[in-house]
Amino acid sequence: MARERHGMVEKRGAGLWLTHVFMILGVLVIFFPIWLAFVASTVTQPEIVKPPMPLWPGDQFWENYSKALFSGVNVPVSTMLFNSLVMAVGIAVGKIVISLLSAFAIVYFRFPGRSFFFWMIFLTLMLPVEVRIVPTFEVVAGFGMLNSYSGLIFPLIASATATFLFRQFFLTIPDELAEAARVDGASPMRFFWDIVVPMSRTNVAALFVILFIYGWNQYLWPLLITTDPEMNTIVMGIKQMFPSGDDVAEWPVIMATSILAMIPPVIIVVSMQRLFIRGLVDSEK
Amino acid sequence: MEKRVTFRGWRLPLLLIAPQVVISLVFFFYPAAQAIWQSFFIPDPFGLSSRFVGFGNFTFLFSDPFYRAAFGTTAVFSILVTLCSMIPALFLAVVADRLIKGSGVYRTMLIWPYAVAPAVAGVLWLFMFNTRVGVVSWYLGTLGYDWNHVLNGGEAMGLVVVASSWGRISYNFLFFFAALQAVPKSVIEAAAIDGARFWRRFWTIVLPLLSPTTFFLLVVNVVYSFFETFGVIHTITGGGPQQSTTVLVYKVFADGFVGQDLGSSSAQSVILLFVVGLLTIIQFKFVEKRVHY
Repeated sequence: MARERHGMVEKRGAGLWLTHVFMILGVLVIFFPIWLAFVASTVTQPEIVKPPMPLWPGDQFWENYSKALFSGVNVPVSTMLFNSLVMAVGIAVGKIVISLLSAFAIVYFRFPGRSFFFWMIFLTLMLPVEVRIVPTFEVVAGFGMLNSYSGLIFPLIASATATFLFRQFFLTIPDELAEAARVDGASPMRFFWDIVVPMSRTNVAALFVILFIYGWNQYLWPLLITTDPEMNTIVMGIKQMFPSGDDVAEWPVIMATSILAMIPPVIIVVSMQRLFIRGLVDSEK
Repeated sequence: MEKRVTFRGWRLPLLLIAPQVVISLVFFFYPAAQAIWQSFFIPDPFGLSSRFVGFGNFTFLFSDPFYRAAFGTTAVFSILVTLCSMIPALFLAVVADRLIKGSGVYRTMLIWPYAVAPAVAGVLWLFMFNTRVGVVSWYLGTLGYDWNHVLNGGEAMGLVVVASSWGRISYNFLFFFAALQAVPKSVIEAAAIDGARFWRRFWTIVLPLLSPTTFFLLVVNVVYSFFETFGVIHTITGGGPQQSTTVLVYKVFADGFVGQDLGSSSAQSVILLFVVGLLTIIQFKFVEKRVHY
């Protein structure tokens, strides 16, 4: 669409350069915290604690990153990365699966309690984990799910947004397809697997991107239920690497961990930009 | 909207919907009901029994200067985060929209911070402004400004606002940019032919056309600043100094888990439930409106 523009509203010459200058300045300002973290992850501790620290990367990249990954502060960062991966994938896949199933039930069947269940799912929108932390913690503790993957995943898995998104999409699937399936004597589940799921591929992928980041970036919940450092996720584990009291933090290792914590979501967002933007717009509707 | 063609039976659909319903009941509705129930009680110090106090926890909260202060802090924090994340985003989107070539490259670079977790963003900004090793605080020092967010409440608030807004700029940029690309170019060109300069076109045509997006982002950003900034505050200030950055969600955590004051924490959860409910209604009223356009 942008290519159709021409003539009087398009900047040229000096104006165009100015526009680029503004954009580059904007990008630099937005990028600076990440750059600084990267630089800090490649220099030595003395270089940081004697300010000002350098603004150009040093030669300690391998030392700092291998130290973070394989020994860390409380627990190797590789362990935390693995925990985060399990949690993020678990939440994304879990949400998608239960939402696909419930949306299919709501759209393609008439059964007693249908609208009751629909409103019930809708209401979960109003119950973010932050407002029910203490009682949810007690439930999870009661099930013995503290310091476990199921404790990290299940309380965050019910999603009204994903259910609505799939419901919206299923409503656009032509009725003729369901009609044909019924005439052919196909069971509802066969229709679900052979028609509905393959048609939802793009929606599933877009949602996966958004949900993966959502799960990866969780902080409060893992902070509450993982008291064992072995179960820490990387995003909540960084804060645990700061010493209590007056000791000086091991900045190069902490910053290397910060960079490691942002790499997976950044790669997903940047490499799947199209899907990501689509997922963002869809899930906010 | 309803499907014309449906499948028969009621056992299968109940089975299909069961996982979501069970998880909602166990991890959403039961805890929420628990929070409401506990908000009417004060447990004894040993947690062995609790005493019914009616609305006692609520009346206590609203007479508690710290809780009222947390309301004020939340209001200031949300307004600042919303402004600090939307205005730069709109500016960048307007600039990017004027480019025919290259806007994709800038977009790719600008969406990075969205992927950075609020808690990680907190650590990055804490590092820049750290009183001992921070680069920015050091350079501020050479300019004669003594930065200390550990002692100065205003500076602490400023830091958590900037750190919370940073990743949000990417998010808002994407929505503003998409909305700007959808503004009909013929309208802009007609105005240009009539002699309207850039800023006049922006104020009288573009901004009004962006109003649905702007309103949507206002609501979404307020919700974000209420509920998703816990990580930033916990990593940077821990609610301090002197509770100057203790927002409502942070106080639920601090009173419930650190302070072990379950009655008060539950009452605070219930108050937050009303806030979320209100925000959700506003959001949906708006979505309804947008459908009419």
